Amino acid sequence: MRHLMSPLDFTVEELDHLLDLAADIERHREKYAHICDGKKLATLFYEPSTRTRLSFEAAMINLGGSVIGFSNANSSSAAKGESVSDTIRMVSCYADICAMRHPKEGAPMVAAGKSSIPVINAGDGGHQHPTQTITDLHTIRSLKGRLSNLKIGLCGDLKFGRTVHSLINALVRYEGISFVLISPEELRVPDYIREDVLAKNHVPFREVVSLEEVIGELDLLYMTRVQRERFFNEEEYIRMKDSYILDAKKMALAREDMLVLHPLPRVNEIAVEVDNDPRAAYFRQVQYGVYARMALIIILLGLEDSVC
Amino acid sequence: MLNVGKIDEGFVLDHIPAGKSMDIYRDLRLNDLDCTVAIIKNARSNKMGKKDIIKVQCPIDNMSMDILGFIDHSITVNVIQDGQIVEKRKLSLPKEIVNIIKCRNPRCITSIEQELPHIFILTDQEKRIYRCKYCEEKYNGKHRGG
Ligand SMILES: [Zn+2]
Repeated sequence: MRHLMSPLDFTVEELDHLLDLAADIERHREKYAHICDGKKLATLFYEPSTRTRLSFEAAMINLGGSVIGFSNANSSSAAKGESVSDTIRMVSCYADICAMRHPKEGAPMVAAGKSSIPVINAGDGGHQHPTQTITDLHTIRSLKGRLSNLKIGLCGDLKFGRTVHSLINALVRYEGISFVLISPEELRVPDYIREDVLAKNHVPFREVVSLEEVIGELDLLYMTRVQRERFFNEEEYIRMKDSYILDAKKMALAREDMLVLHPLPRVNEIAVEVDNDPRAAYFRQVQYGVYARMALIIILLGLEDSVC
Repeated sequence: MLNVGKIDEGFVLDHIPAGKSMDIYRDLRLNDLDCTVAIIKNARSNKMGKKDIIKVQCPIDNMSMDILGFIDHSITVNVIQDGQIVEKRKLSLPKEIVNIIKCRNPRCITSIEQELPHIFILTDQEKRIYRCKYCEEKYNGKHRGG
């Protein structure tokens, strides 16, 4: 039985296969509409994350399955002090697969160790969020037609941004990838990303502070939020924040085929005026997330062969 | 020196820094073994001034000394068979360390679930880096956190 804990659990080939399946689901939804008839997904959300939970639930329902679960720790057995190991043993009796969101890092791995059903890590603290990364990859591959030979700009909080670290880790496995890392000095990527991931894999990268200066070179711009509390002082935040807001003026400097992605929710880092730009892909990204999760559920349940 | 009888088969752990033998007794879980163990504290040493020594009489295949590679690789591990030293074992870093060190990441699941074993995995042999199996946080402390 297989679980998904980290985006790197899948080899490049396995991931290609998953993304092919997700693309096929998009084209032939009817083929997959009953593949999970009678199956149940348990969404075990120890902290609220409406977006991720809805995406998983929509994915399972699209496949003909149904959903049980809880959406915060207060309404769950965790509130009564039950361990993750005990909870998953119980849930294994009710459901066929589960997606677990937990504020503590490694909780889904603990669950996987005791589970008799596949466990999907739906986000564990600041650690991993593999279905976000798979969603990002599927969006890029669907809209760009490839995951190789891309110049990718990552902008915003690159120090604490878990999605950014996962995406870098996942993309360095493809040919011809280069990064432009756009952030304030104090929010640059951590050393281990620079040394153990980028340098080690001989991936070209540049670190810059100005989005405007580099936006014209990019195939893809991945925006993240710069949070006020990450700055040492208020003045610094006010001085910096506008440089990391994407608006129509900056979009005018970008190439015609540059894509804009964002893991959502956005606050103000992308101006609303950008939403209607055909290059803005962040809402389509949500739809791709559902297809990617559908493909993942099918693969982890071993149901690929039952497609008619 | 205080005389402790020779052993036929087992291990003699020599050059343990004085005062550390009880920690090692615990880390090797010698308490759980049904065998003769002698702990010699503050033995005279030309090299170290004072040192501790542990002698364990047990079938040599029964015990792994790997953890010593993590705790202190300057300890000498003499393997004894038929009353003779047959090997001075070289210590290497163990691939996995269970319940010797604790993860200190406050966001780690081990911080709220006390029953979980604390497991660290060797992720970089060259740089001697261990990471928590659950949260992947790097272990930065000294043995037992000093
Ligand atoms: Zn940990």
